[in-house]
Formats: sequence, structure tokens, C-alpha cells
Amino acid sequence: MTDLETRTDWATEFDHTQEAYAQQAPAIWDELRERCPVAHSDAHGGVWLPVRHEDVSAIAHDTENWSSEGVIVSPFKPEGLAPMGYAPPITSDPPFHKDARRLLLPAFAPRQIQKLEDDVRSSCRELLDALLADGRDVVDAATEYAQHIPVRAIAAMLGLPKEDGDRFRQFIHRIIEKPGTYTDELAPEDTFVYYIQQQIEARRGRPPQDDLIGFLLEAEVDGEKLTPEHIFGTIALLVVAGIDTTWSAIGASLWHLAQHPEDRARWTSDEAVRPFAIEELLRFYSPVTMARIAKQDTEIGGCPVAARDWVLLGFPAANRDPEAFEDAERFVIDRQKNRHVAFGLGIHRCLGSNLARLELTVAIEEWMARIPDFELADDDPSAVRWSTGQVRGPRRLPIRILATADAAGTTHPAEEA
Amino acid sequence: MRVVLDSERCQGHGRCYALAPDLFDTDDDGYGFVVPPNGVVPEGQEEAAMLAVDNCPEFAITVEP
Repeated sequence: MTDLETRTDWATEFDHTQEAYAQQAPAIWDELRERCPVAHSDAHGGVWLPVRHEDVSAIAHDTENWSSEGVIVSPFKPEGLAPMGYAPPITSDPPFHKDARRLLLPAFAPRQIQKLEDDVRSSCRELLDALLADGRDVVDAATEYAQHIPVRAIAAMLGLPKEDGDRFRQFIHRIIEKPGTYTDELAPEDTFVYYIQQQIEARRGRPPQDDLIGFLLEAEVDGEKLTPEHIFGTIALLVVAGIDTTWSAIGASLWHLAQHPEDRARWTSDEAVRPFAIEELLRFYSPVTMARIAKQDTEIGGCPVAARDWVLLGFPAANRDPEAFEDAERFVIDRQKNRHVAFGLGIHRCLGSNLARLELTVAIEEWMARIPDFELADDDPSAVRWSTGQVRGPRRLPIRILATADAAGTTHPAEEA
Repeated sequence: MRVVLDSERCQGHGRCYALAPDLFDTDDDGYGFVVPPNGVVPEGQEEAAMLAVDNCPEFAITVEP
């Protein structure tokens, strides 16, 4: 396939930071899987894109040949930062990785995360109350709903002020959607680095707070406190990793439901299908692609790769591989066999996966309970803009509300709502 | 039917625990382990066991007759 407007050959000229790629990414992956399953582009100093589940899985499990020193493809290609990297543990390699991750696992384990359910639910309800308050029939589900949910959850876990949400989103946009683009134009005090340093500074000389920043400041590995670089990097990671990703998953899920009345009806009538529906939404609309850097000359599915080359770990592409999933191209709301890799594979499995699942589940449950019937405000689904870069989701999502429901579950068509 | 979890492969995705809570639990770090002694699947739990097998991204869970 070539892009009809730009004549781009995706097997040799793809650029995941461009709009044209973001708009039609799943179709590009399907086409590459047939024709050239390990694509290469000279963009960003040379980057590989495997789209088969088998190849993606092999790289994710191979820490001998692939380093996590760089996980976001950008003009900044880290060198000499391993094994810790700039944002441990996501940028860490063994053996450093193990302890850095172990520190954080208990806070993100299922039972700990379950305790956040009530807070996430009230935050979704507040957002829906505000969204429905003025009786508009068209609302933006991305900017008025989805994007606020993870910001509130992660700010609470870290102990950062809830009202800093807009600032987080700006930082993240610069880092993830347009990496490297803004570095020249920012005043130092407008940077993410400055913000995090201020937050750490504010804690010095005060009793430890019962939150993740408080925990990191006191944490020890082998009897040693964490280095300032480690603490800073982990806080930065926790702010960045949990927000755009979850926002994207919630938005993409609502984009799907808006176009599929049969799936909305099934969700509403069949409570048992919901956990399966959530996993299928994660498979079909996986937002996150990670990157690795080759440690030495190696190969991907038989393609020779040079040391220091970037590779994009196409988890979303792997999730649509017919070799790994029956009817891979179809959204099957009650899919029973779903080994999807939306949260990655291997030692870097998304630390926040339990939190992300909780947020996505509660966000969809609460939306569907209040707005059981809705559609895209623009009849053309391609009018929705998808974010560029390694986190893919709708950034504006105008939705027309067709019916609302009250607390008793009685639905009201939009005319009388 | 017996269910076996390969802890070398388990990365704590948490699917088994979510889909078959009578057969799997998680430790404090979120890694899964098998609950019934020797992994023997109680009658009526066979379907849950198969769901855990079929939804583990790391292929860490198997069943034996």
C-alpha cells in the first residue's frame, strides 16, 4: 500500500510520528505483515518495525541483544546510560532492572490497585455530571472525560497536586507525541525536569508522606538509598507512562462503542461479557508501542540489524496478527482466547497494567451507565484525529449523546434529557 | 485435570487470577501461583482453568489430564 496523497511506501518510508501514519496505522500493519513483516525506515536515524507477533515477542524476551536504554524513538538516542537508563525501571536492563522494578511491584499489584476503585469511580461520576450538566447533545469524550481519569489517579498515587493535571499533559505531549520538537523554545522553569525537581525539593526536611514519592525517597536497595537520578527518573516515568496511555485506551474504546450499537447493547444487557469486552478493546486498540536499541549486530525474523539500530516493538500490530489470533481482524466482544500483548511481554510487562485495567473498566462502566446510547458526532469516523508517536489514541472525540440514563437505570432519549 | 504455572515465564499479567480466582492467586508482587494442592482442578472449574490457559500472554499456564 502506498499513501495515495503522499505516495509513501510504508515498508521503507514509514514515520510513526507523522499524521498520515497515525490515521491509518492498523491498515499499514496489516499490509506490511503480508508484504514486508519487518519494515525499515531511515527516519530518526534508522528504525525497524516488526509487525508479526512472533518477532515482537522474540525481541521483548531477548534482553541479551536488545537494550531498553532507549524506549522512545527520538533524535535523542541514549548511549552509555544502561543498565539504569534515564527512567528506571522502564529504561533499565538486567541486572539493575530487577531490583528497580521489584521496589515498585507491590504498589501496583492487583490487591493494592483494587483499593483505588472507589476513587476512580467517583472521579468518573464527577466528570460525567459536569459533562451532562448543561444538556449539550455533543460532547468531547477525549478532552472532557477520558484524559482526566488517569491524571487524577496517578497524581493521587504519587502525591502530586490534582490541579497540576494540565501541566502533566503538556509535558507528556512534548515527550511522547512530538519527541525532541520543543527543546529549544522552553524556559527552564517550564520543563518537566524542573517541575519534578520542585516536587522533590518540597519534601526535603519534612516527615515522609504516605504516597509513592514518599516511598521512593525512603526506599533502599541492599541497604542503600536510591540515587537522586534513580528517584527522579522513576517519578518522571510514573507521571509519563500512566496518562497518555490510559487516556488513549479509554478514548479508543468509546470511539469503538460509538460506532457499534450491537456492542453497546451487549455491554448493557450482559454483565458477564464486560471483562472479555475490556480485553478485546485492549487487544484491538492497544495504544502503546515501545522501542529498544540493538546492543550488537543481531537480526529480526531473519533481517540483519546493526548494533545501535532502533526497533519499534509493535505490540498493537502483534495484536492483529492472524498467526496469533483467530479472526484477528474482527472485534469479537466475547473473545475467549485472548493472549493479547497490549501491556507488553517479558520482564518489562507494563508495571501499571492493573491500574490501567481498573481505570478502563470503571471509565467504560460509568460512561455506559449514564450514556448508554451515543454515536460519533461526525458521520465520518476518519474525522477523529489520532495521536502520533508511540502512544496512539483519539485526541479529540466529539460524541453525540442519543440517550442518557438516571441512577435507577431508566433511559431517556436525548430530546427529553 | 491439573493446572501448572511456570513461574519462570510468569510476568505478573494477572489474567489467571482475574479469570479463575479459585485456581490462582497472586503474591505481593503480583506474580501468579496455583491455589489447589498439586494443582488439582476441582469439579466444575475446568472451564475456568482453560480460560486461564488461553489468556496468558506469556504461555505460562498449562493443563495436564
